[in-house]
Amino acid sequence: MAGDASGLKAALEASAGDAHAKANRALALRTAGGIVALVIVVVTINFFSHGSFLTAVNLTNVLRQITYNAILAIGQTFVIVTAGIDLSVGSLIELTGVVMAGFANAVPLQGPALVAATLVVGLGVGCLAGLVNALPVVKLNLPPFITTLAMMLMARGLAFKLAHGRPIAVNSTAFDGMGTGFLFEGALRPLGLPGIPVSVLWMAVLVVAFAIVLTRTRFGRYVFAIGGNEEAARLAGINVGLVKTMVYVISGGCAAVAGLLLMARFGSGSPNTGIGSELQSIAAVVVGGTSLMGGRGSVVATFFGALLIGLLNNVMNLLGIESYTQDIVLGAVILIAVIVDELRKRYLRA
Amino acid sequence: MSGIVKTFPGVRALDGVSFDVRAGEVHALVGENGAGKSTLMKVLAGAYRADAGTVEVDGRVVAIDGPRAAEALGIGMIYQEFNLVPDLRVVDNILLGHEPMRGALLDSKAALARAAGVLGDLGIALPLELPARRLSVAQQQMTEIAKALVRSARLIVMDEPTAALTEREIDALFALIAKLKAQGVAFVYISHRLEELPRISDRITVIRDGKTIETRVTADLPQDEMIRLMVGRPVAAHFPDLPPVAPDAPVVLRVRGLCAAGGVSIDDVSFDVRAGEIVGLAGLVGAGRTDIVRAIAGADVPVAGEIEVSGRRVRVRGPHDAIAAGIALITEDRKGQGLVLGMSVRENTTLAHLDRFAARGFVDRAAEEGVTNEEIAELRIRTPNSEQTVRNLSGGNQQKVVLAKWLIGDANVFLFDEPTRGIDVGAKAEIYALMLALLARGIGIVMVSSELPEVLGMSHRVLVVREGRVRAEFARADVTPAKVIAVAAGVAA
Repeated sequence: MAGDASGLKAALEASAGDAHAKANRALALRTAGGIVALVIVVVTINFFSHGSFLTAVNLTNVLRQITYNAILAIGQTFVIVTAGIDLSVGSLIELTGVVMAGFANAVPLQGPALVAATLVVGLGVGCLAGLVNALPVVKLNLPPFITTLAMMLMARGLAFKLAHGRPIAVNSTAFDGMGTGFLFEGALRPLGLPGIPVSVLWMAVLVVAFAIVLTRTRFGRYVFAIGGNEEAARLAGINVGLVKTMVYVISGGCAAVAGLLLMARFGSGSPNTGIGSELQSIAAVVVGGTSLMGGRGSVVATFFGALLIGLLNNVMNLLGIESYTQDIVLGAVILIAVIVDELRKRYLRA
Repeated sequence: MSGIVKTFPGVRALDGVSFDVRAGEVHALVGENGAGKSTLMKVLAGAYRADAGTVEVDGRVVAIDGPRAAEALGIGMIYQEFNLVPDLRVVDNILLGHEPMRGALLDSKAALARAAGVLGDLGIALPLELPARRLSVAQQQMTEIAKALVRSARLIVMDEPTAALTEREIDALFALIAKLKAQGVAFVYISHRLEELPRISDRITVIRDGKTIETRVTADLPQDEMIRLMVGRPVAAHFPDLPPVAPDAPVVLRVRGLCAAGGVSIDDVSFDVRAGEIVGLAGLVGAGRTDIVRAIAGADVPVAGEIEVSGRRVRVRGPHDAIAAGIALITEDRKGQGLVLGMSVRENTTLAHLDRFAARGFVDRAAEEGVTNEEIAELRIRTPNSEQTVRNLSGGNQQKVVLAKWLIGDANVFLFDEPTRGIDVGAKAEIYALMLALLARGIGIVMVSSELPEVLGMSHRVLVVREGRVRAEFARADVTPAKVIAVAAGVAA
């Protein structure tokens, strides 16, 4: 019996190995197919845009433009995997931006110390707002759509009040590197590359870090479990309230980082830069294949969702398509992405 | 209805049920939990399609292939859980789907007149303009009856209509049934309350194991005879031999004066479970058995009482406390409460003990996979590997994954709620064998089961629960199905 069991166990491990290998092969195949399709699309686009799409400068620009949306969408992914939603992130960019600009002008710090202190203040505001979003959801079981909608209005109103309706210009030059600077300019220039924008590096670090948090940590597992079956998670002894609170805090924190980068880019904290951002971030999450029903999702996929939306906007700009048409195309792409995802799931289940 | 057969994967829920109902008759259907009454009802309602057999209405063979068809045939269903829309007004509920129209618009005056007319015929009054959620249970039931009559039902099927009513409300209901009988409306009356049948029914049909056992005129079927027919068989012999509990076995679970207000309130529940012992909780569905184990496991937080595990007092404020104290609850509803269906076998297995695989917060997948594969081998879970999504497993194998989740911990009290519901015979035998293995490890087990043979065959002691309290205790040696049913149905002590 024991020998039997250990034999079975060995067979299982082999089978799991097979499954991994099969999954890897499938992934390789999909990736290869995707690359071929991408090359065809890119060459076509490049032809029609008279070569202005496939330049290092343009592609670097795309990455820099999607930074804010991608960072918001990271937090949004955590919230949506628990079957929640966060509508407040666009306003929180503004509120944290205004608070951080005011703070930076008021304190006698300079250089990196000023940046660090400002970031801490911004994170404090963003995370606190996330906590306020979460408490009625966790304690009273209110729908997050409502609590974060209320926060969206309150944060925007507060940002306008604090800034007296105008952008607050940042006096210090300490943030310039973060907003407009490049890394490795010297090393990459001979290759025809402008260097790596500092804000893109922030995005990359956050994507990798939170991808690890979601897939490799206990907390990440609990996020999936709660989205998949909250009652089963509760009965397994998981502190559901704490985990749900944490995802809204993370989302608020991501909004603060996006707010800091945006403030650095424009040299001011402005109370109306985030309008519509919450919906853009949800679009990135959905295009990335995360289910609004919860239980499924990936930070890396969300990044590619944001990238796809960014590329689409860029291409349409290069092709001279007017902005109204761009909205129509973007809406259609989101719809198609969700339909394809649903059909794929049904196919897999059948 | 004659020769109705309905099978589900692994179960033959109905196996040739036949009975007839005459105009103006109340025909009672009785049987144990799981005898097939609900399935039969769903066939009549068109929610399930029978695999064999025929249904005749007024001598014509009919096909009931959906709720609309049942309605067109004049069959009205009143389920135990009412089907009212809580936020709609009573009048709108009564006329739902049959709203009087004036052109393209709703004619609310005609609606009120129509509903009032139906209620007037019944001789009852209901606050037509209030939302249904504001009604008492009895009023909601009246609304359901009115709803059926608006659809010109000539046969009304009622499932446990008196379960939530007070004595006076029951009298009113029975008066209403009598009135409708006089108008030629027929009733199928499903009830566990055997003592009320002589008052209300004309004939009684006993169902057991999905088969019709006997139909008799109510006056010719005394209660003890009815119980004998319901139980029928001797306790089946396919249960393993339970090893006796050692006389000096320590008490692993001590419950004293436990009160909780979950789905069904439980009141002053006290009992002990010793190492190597299975205590069975018997009783009707809704008697509070599940609520007792849920309170012990912290799924519903107890409001009073003491719980001790191996002599140590445990304050249960939630599932976490119970798990930490060594209590494992294997819930009745696997899909709703036991498993995250979209996760893999591995992720479900480790979910309740993830801190063990996550030193400093990072999950060690290799360790998880190792432990999961051990459980797959040990429990013979039929899955291609540990990465399979549990949604794709059969019911029996899903149940084994739930067990694996708790077996990897070191709980010494296992609470099983309907451990074998909806799984096939082979998997049942494996679950029983596993329970014996747990006993050998010195674990104490509480088992809730609606299958009487299972409770009797797999328990050292049986506690019978009714209305949230433990009403009787029987030792293995002197428990009989008839004794348990008598207490559960409120006929004895």
